[in-house]
Amino acid sequence: MSRTIRFAPLALLLLIIVALIWRLATPSDTNVHSTLEGKAVPAFALSAILPNKPPLSSADLANGQPHLVNVFASWCVPCITEVKVLQTLKDSGVSVEGIAIRDRPADLTQFLASNGDPYDRIGSDPQSQVQISLGSSGVPESFIVDGKGVIRYQHIGPIERSDIGLILSKLEQAR
Amino acid sequence: MRCLLLLVALAWAQPLLADSNLPPAYWSDRQLPDPKQEAQAEALMEQLRCLVCQGQSIADSDAELAGDMRDLVRRRIAAGEKPAAIRAWLIQRYGTWISYKPTAEPAAWPLWLAPLALLLIGGWLIRRRIRVRRG
Repeated sequence: MSRTIRFAPLALLLLIIVALIWRLATPSDTNVHSTLEGKAVPAFALSAILPNKPPLSSADLANGQPHLVNVFASWCVPCITEVKVLQTLKDSGVSVEGIAIRDRPADLTQFLASNGDPYDRIGSDPQSQVQISLGSSGVPESFIVDGKGVIRYQHIGPIERSDIGLILSKLEQAR
Repeated sequence: MRCLLLLVALAWAQPLLADSNLPPAYWSDRQLPDPKQEAQAEALMEQLRCLVCQGQSIADSDAELAGDMRDLVRRRIAAGEKPAAIRAWLIQRYGTWISYKPTAEPAAWPLWLAPLALLLIGGWLIRRRIRVRRG
């Protein structure tokens, strides 16, 4: 056996070690991204969950104005801090809509009373069916939908204060 | 000590908070009355990846979203939809990631070609070995 071939297993081992170190240093993205970015919002019509809050349908989103559609829930812990950031966005003129996942009216009323209510409309999605049809995989997630009802951007995880600039610029692009 | 207790209590509370207060969807843990349809649904659910517990299929996962996806699969199968159509509908939303069934797209070619390549390399090595022995 030639000398070079003899060192092949060692070289292979080194290659594997380098690959492992590289993967440890740059962890892969485990978020599942919706493949609907750039496509129209799937048709849906969710019923209202609170008596004083209009329901949400896909037709409400295609009204010529960009919308921020927030997939949230009263039982979702990061949503508590996110809803305050959404209020800031709302105060600067953003139209914020909510899809409440697996929620109960009483829980949601309490959630909005104690954390603020930035939502123009809230649709109830008790079995996550609209969430799945949007390609969303958890709460909270947000979608920026342009005036024609096309999804322009998906934000996975809570919108933090530091994301406000990003969200506003995405909304501006969707105008 | 009190601090430790508090930490234990916090660790305990976390998984409880990750779920909603609503009961599971109707078809999430209930078999379809038609055994043929149930077998179809079962086969599909084992090939769909859970969005929450990413190493599990939705048939295996206890996550609420997996339950809601099982409900979706069973309701659509009961309504007469073909499993391939349901899979395609989900792939349209989540990409091929959602399906465990390998596709024939270019990214998967190495997967299909690897066994063939390994067999050829093995054959070549054995041939060399035999030749060397004879020599």
